[in-house]
Amino acid sequence: MANFTLKVNGKTQQLEVDPTTPVLWVLRDHLKLVGTKYGCGIAQCGACTVHLNDNAVRSCQLPISAVGEQEITTIEGLSENGDHPVQKAWIEEDVYQCGYCQAGQIMNASAFLKKNPNPTDAEIETAMNGNICRCGTYTRIKKAIKKAASTENA
Amino acid sequence: MTLIKTTYNRRSFLKSSALAGGGMMLSFSWLASCKPSPEQIKSLPKEWFDINGFLKIADNGLVTIMSPNPEIGQNIKTAMPMIVAEELDTAWEDVIVEQAPLNTDIFTRQLAGGSQSIRQGWESLRMAGATARHMLIAAAAEAWQVPAEEITTDAGVLSHKASDKSAGYGEMASAAANIPIPEEVALKDINDFKIIGTDRKNVDGPKIVSGKPLFGLDIHEEGMLIAMIVHPPAFGMTYKSMDAETVKSMPGIKDVFPIEVYPEEVEKQWSDGGGIPQLVAIVGETTWQCMQAKKALAVEWEETSKPESSAYHEEALTKLLNTTPQAPAREDGDVKKAFKNAAKVIERTYSAPFLAHNTMEPMNFFANVTSDKAELKGPIQTPEFLEKTLASRLDMPLEKIDIMMTRMGGGFGRRLYGHFGVEAAVISQKMQAPIKLVYTREDDMTQGTYRPAYKVRYKAGLDENGKLIAWHVRGAGANDDLVFENRFPAGAVDNYLAEKHRLDSNVTTGAWRAPRSNFIAGAEQSFLDEVAELAEKDPIEFRLELFERAIANPVGDPEKNDYDPERYAGVLKLVKEKSGWNSGSNDNSMRGVSAYFCHNSYVAQVLDIEMEANTPTVKKVWCAVDCGIVINPLSGRNQIEGGIIDGIGHATYSQMTFKDGKPEQENFDKYQLIRQQQAPKEIETFYVDNGINPTGLGEPSLPPIMGALANALYKATGRRHYSQPYATDKQVVG
Ligand code: FES
Ligand code: FES
Repeated sequence: MANFTLKVNGKTQQLEVDPTTPVLWVLRDHLKLVGTKYGCGIAQCGACTVHLNDNAVRSCQLPISAVGEQEITTIEGLSENGDHPVQKAWIEEDVYQCGYCQAGQIMNASAFLKKNPNPTDAEIETAMNGNICRCGTYTRIKKAIKKAASTENA
Repeated sequence: MTLIKTTYNRRSFLKSSALAGGGMMLSFSWLASCKPSPEQIKSLPKEWFDINGFLKIADNGLVTIMSPNPEIGQNIKTAMPMIVAEELDTAWEDVIVEQAPLNTDIFTRQLAGGSQSIRQGWESLRMAGATARHMLIAAAAEAWQVPAEEITTDAGVLSHKASDKSAGYGEMASAAANIPIPEEVALKDINDFKIIGTDRKNVDGPKIVSGKPLFGLDIHEEGMLIAMIVHPPAFGMTYKSMDAETVKSMPGIKDVFPIEVYPEEVEKQWSDGGGIPQLVAIVGETTWQCMQAKKALAVEWEETSKPESSAYHEEALTKLLNTTPQAPAREDGDVKKAFKNAAKVIERTYSAPFLAHNTMEPMNFFANVTSDKAELKGPIQTPEFLEKTLASRLDMPLEKIDIMMTRMGGGFGRRLYGHFGVEAAVISQKMQAPIKLVYTREDDMTQGTYRPAYKVRYKAGLDENGKLIAWHVRGAGANDDLVFENRFPAGAVDNYLAEKHRLDSNVTTGAWRAPRSNFIAGAEQSFLDEVAELAEKDPIEFRLELFERAIANPVGDPEKNDYDPERYAGVLKLVKEKSGWNSGSNDNSMRGVSAYFCHNSYVAQVLDIEMEANTPTVKKVWCAVDCGIVINPLSGRNQIEGGIIDGIGHATYSQMTFKDGKPEQENFDKYQLIRQQQAPKEIETFYVDNGINPTGLGEPSLPPIMGALANALYKATGRRHYSQPYATDKQVVG
């Protein structure tokens, strides 16, 4: 057990936890931020994607001890009212089916668009290839990312 | 205008009552069909009179339906209010769906499987909406002292033009509760629909994109502990012993103990499926602590039956295909003679592996079992069956057991089998504490309940004009029959023989999105493509000729055939037109076609491939669907696209194999699922507009796409595929 100070969604939080605990479980079990999902635990599905500073990372593979000063943003903190351009585009395109993978998809897409605001189809496909959607919403995810890119650049 | 009866033999499908705080409640029978067919009238099942649905109109005009159907991603939570709003003539934004807690006295059928939710709710929801509207009008007529026929409704407002009176539904709701239920009400003409048939976005969208706790895995309750299970590493093994002492002292770990999920005296339901009778439970404070303990725990297992490997399944299924079953499932004409007289004969064998469901949200359940009651919550498709098993397992009367359903992170049939709910209850009972049982991905993938492995052999005979004169299908599956003997081309071929075998396997199996169809459609449609080629005919024309035959002069008793050949041919013609099949601009060089009927719906697809850096890439899929009236075309398209992507993915990449009974794929590093780069670049869906009552949409687009893909791959690469997954299929001739 060790003490950590974490910056999550703009708030500083203190907690005592086993240093090997992945950020995924710190978020879900300790901070009760359950928007970040567990899908595989081995960096294969992307359901647990969060932002570490501005980078999309797999929180299931990120021990809390490795976070340090870096800021964590989860789906709950992506925007105040669920109105980040990517979230809005997701609603516009009615992307989701079961919805379980979508927090991870949105977090990955939003980090990607920040780095590449004008992506080609192929770039979107490569960037999103690590996020599995078992319901098969891939074509809609791509459309929504394109929509978000065009509105952000408008 | 269709008039429907709300009573039968003086018994009513509906009941009304006043709401305590003002407003009305109309209770109805979820199962009641307002237009029973003649044979149903002879014996209306008693369940049709069991009140099991509720429609409430509050005094503020807000309408609530209590839905007995859980949401698994097929968006019924949006479709149901659309149906009610339509007949009630209220704004659909004013209708909300609440997930009803399970009470078997009230809800007799809570099952979201087989694309049936909407099919069952369609007529009863329409009847309830139309009746409530009628009663509101009658209440207004009484209050205003005007003839009811002069009152109109629109978007939740009653108006009487001549006297210039109007009132919201909410204002009249309490009075309407006292209006006698009419024996007959008028349903809207389908041409007057304003809401049904329009695109409506998923009502849960804003919650999904902002990460609200919606799923079973998101449950958190005061004092709740986390539980995990350890199950046998291989099929054919069971728990023997363990040394849990060191693990028990690991940080956060509360207890480690073996559990008897299903002792012999327990009365099991079909929905207990492949639940494993004996497991080890680990209970701790957090998920991560339990995961660590799980890794550290050494359990000894012992063999109970012979462990099976994939090579064994392959061999045993082949052996069955080489054996004539005792009796055919269906036989028309004289198949033996027809093959003898045929000018050309072709025979091919197709196979597919076991598949895991791999819902994105792994199995989980919350349970709080105390001495006098059991409270459970989680993602399940069959709560009423779980409740029965629990009553037997916990030795508790049904009324003491409460089950709440959460949104499900995918179903695909997996959550029909609620053994995880029983496990959670047993662990909670032992701990005397609320627990949330969580399966790791590995637990979820290796538990079993798989789509069975299948093998099927087809043989077709053509006469000298390339006409199909003989058809023989013989199929086998692990713990499952495979062949639907009364589906196409039964009825379209003079000499037809269907046979089936079942292989007993200790690998547990269960329903997986579009059971059996999910393999046999692809096999049959691949084979037909090869038969058409042998007949030197265009694959669409070849199929249409067969449908013509089934329409004009069906073989055998046409009542026996499951399908309607006109609707089947209809989707093929539609996809032919929309895809520009054979239109000159495209020489069909890299496209495949397929058509299939299942879950009461008809689907035809054309799939285009392009070679990119020597790799076949699915460029576009055209999909024609006849599922009757489409309630919400937007979410319908979403499900159709999902089925297509799912079908392409599983046919191409996925498999579950075994070595000595042990699943060889345990997580997504080895078990491949389709990903963004492999998904089709474009999917276009077309609905047949025929005003027929709605049928399934969640499943029917998946089965045929496997055939369209195989047929397009053949055009692109010159290779036919006989074994799934196609990506690793090395076989050249089946
Ligand atoms: S849960 Fe982290 S990548 Fe799957
Ligand atoms: S929407 Fe269900 S897994 Fe993506």
